[in-house]
Amino acid sequence: MYWRECLIALLTLSRKETTRYLRIWVQTLFPPAITMTLYFVIFGNLIGPRIGPMDGYSYMDFIVPGIIMLAVITNSYANVASSFFSAKFQRHIEELMVSPAPSVVILLGYVSGGVGRGLLVGLIVTLVSLIFTQIQIHSIPITISVVLLTSILFSLGGFINGVFARKFDDVAIVPTFILTPLTYLGGVFYSVSLLPDTWRIVSLFNPVLYMVNAFRYGILGASDIDIRVAYALVLLSIAILTAISLYLLKRGIGLRA
Amino acid sequence: MGVPALNLRDLRKTYASGVVALHGIDLRVEPGDFFGLLGPNGAGKSTAIGIVSSLVTPSGGSAEIFGHDIEREPWEARRRLGLVPQEVNFNGFETVEQIVLNQAGYYGIPRRRARISCERYLRELDLWDKRHAVSRTLSGGMKRRLMIARGLVHEPRLLILDEPTAGVDIELRRSMWRFLQALNRNSEVTVILTTHYLEEAESLCRNIAIINGGRIVENTSTEALLNRLDTHSFILDVETIRGELPQVEGFALRRLGPTQLEADVHRAQSVTQLVQALATHGIQVRSLKNKANRLEELFIHLLHRDAPASDAGH
Repeated sequence: MYWRECLIALLTLSRKETTRYLRIWVQTLFPPAITMTLYFVIFGNLIGPRIGPMDGYSYMDFIVPGIIMLAVITNSYANVASSFFSAKFQRHIEELMVSPAPSVVILLGYVSGGVGRGLLVGLIVTLVSLIFTQIQIHSIPITISVVLLTSILFSLGGFINGVFARKFDDVAIVPTFILTPLTYLGGVFYSVSLLPDTWRIVSLFNPVLYMVNAFRYGILGASDIDIRVAYALVLLSIAILTAISLYLLKRGIGLRA
Repeated sequence: MGVPALNLRDLRKTYASGVVALHGIDLRVEPGDFFGLLGPNGAGKSTAIGIVSSLVTPSGGSAEIFGHDIEREPWEARRRLGLVPQEVNFNGFETVEQIVLNQAGYYGIPRRRARISCERYLRELDLWDKRHAVSRTLSGGMKRRLMIARGLVHEPRLLILDEPTAGVDIELRRSMWRFLQALNRNSEVTVILTTHYLEEAESLCRNIAIINGGRIVENTSTEALLNRLDTHSFILDVETIRGELPQVEGFALRRLGPTQLEADVHRAQSVTQLVQALATHGIQVRSLKNKANRLEELFIHLLHRDAPASDAGH
């Protein structure tokens, strides 16, 4: 009986989060589609032919997985961070706090919203990319598992950001000053094999590089890194961020007086 | 005595700022009671309610709802509790129906059952026609009623209302009183009410606790509390008094105007005796009213008695 009630609570929160980002689709779904279309046009269509092939693929084909991943990462993160912070700001997070819903249900509910939006935006960007190139997926299981795990990971990151945020600026700082640079330097637009040794080694400390390359391997069958390392890194990071998130919720940090 | 609806034992709270909001309070509310928790601003009422409803972490002590500890058995404790907070805390972009249905969902109530309960309370609180309205467009009174519907949708056995009628007009306040009295009487929901309107507490509550400076300074029945008043002052509207104010034996009279008197009635006397005594002196009483709310007089007296202990401030 307890598990059934927990499942109902989870479905309720998940539905609420999904309704939220669908209701404001002009802010949540439309802008990434426009931005990523511009990337395909400018980098893929206009500049790409002058750059030539990358790792044996046309430049357009090479950047498609990275751009999809860029959209998934930023939208998963932003959805949970802004939704959770808004719930705190408007105080309707108290609806959940007074309810018997356990911490893990609250966490899963918010993460499901982030994953839903991340994957939906990823799908939209994929459909847009089909205007510019043909995608032949090398491995469907790897492609799906990598994008799903990455979306979960960054949703958890967004949740922790939302917990600590005290004002709207705090929700924007991490995506602007940390997430975006890491993503752009994570091999979205280039292969790290082109970099000088020093910068190539520095790049290996960027976790986004592993996710972008694992996803690229799923679609193209080519990667700069060993995808087993990428899976291990993502799974370990998910475990750590889940533990931190549950600890914060249980202690009421950033929530309870 | 059976299992109490609410049992607080040595409940303490010191905020990070060092402010001591609760000095270890003990409070027991019996099932089916209509209980008033009174106190001035900063007395510790909201902190105590915050702890019971899991919005504030206690520094010590325990709180049980129908025998279930809020820390050790949160599922069992919280499902029995409904909260109507002092300030609006729902999502202003959701509709009335979404807010109530979502709250039911958080308590694990299946959608079909939630819809039935939602319709019942929205109709009873006169919000059914507004069910598709976005909540931020509601009037202040409607927002208050929405929070009551939300607090009841999971059919709690204990309902805590933190100043539910603050800022609402008298007509709405009276209709909310009737609703809460019916809920307490017919559905046997235990109600705990905090309010600044002492008239409200006197009319609704069977038992009252007064909290001041983070300590319970009084905890008894409303009747016993009111019986402590030795004298009770009335304002009387009378026919025009000609000449000097007569000396009426047993009653202290003061003239307030040509047709208005103030009279003190001792606990051992009745208002009828006062009216009859005035009549024998040729003064006809047209109407009378309490000079001040009876509970208000006691409340101020009790707070002044315990004034040195006051150091809470949240």
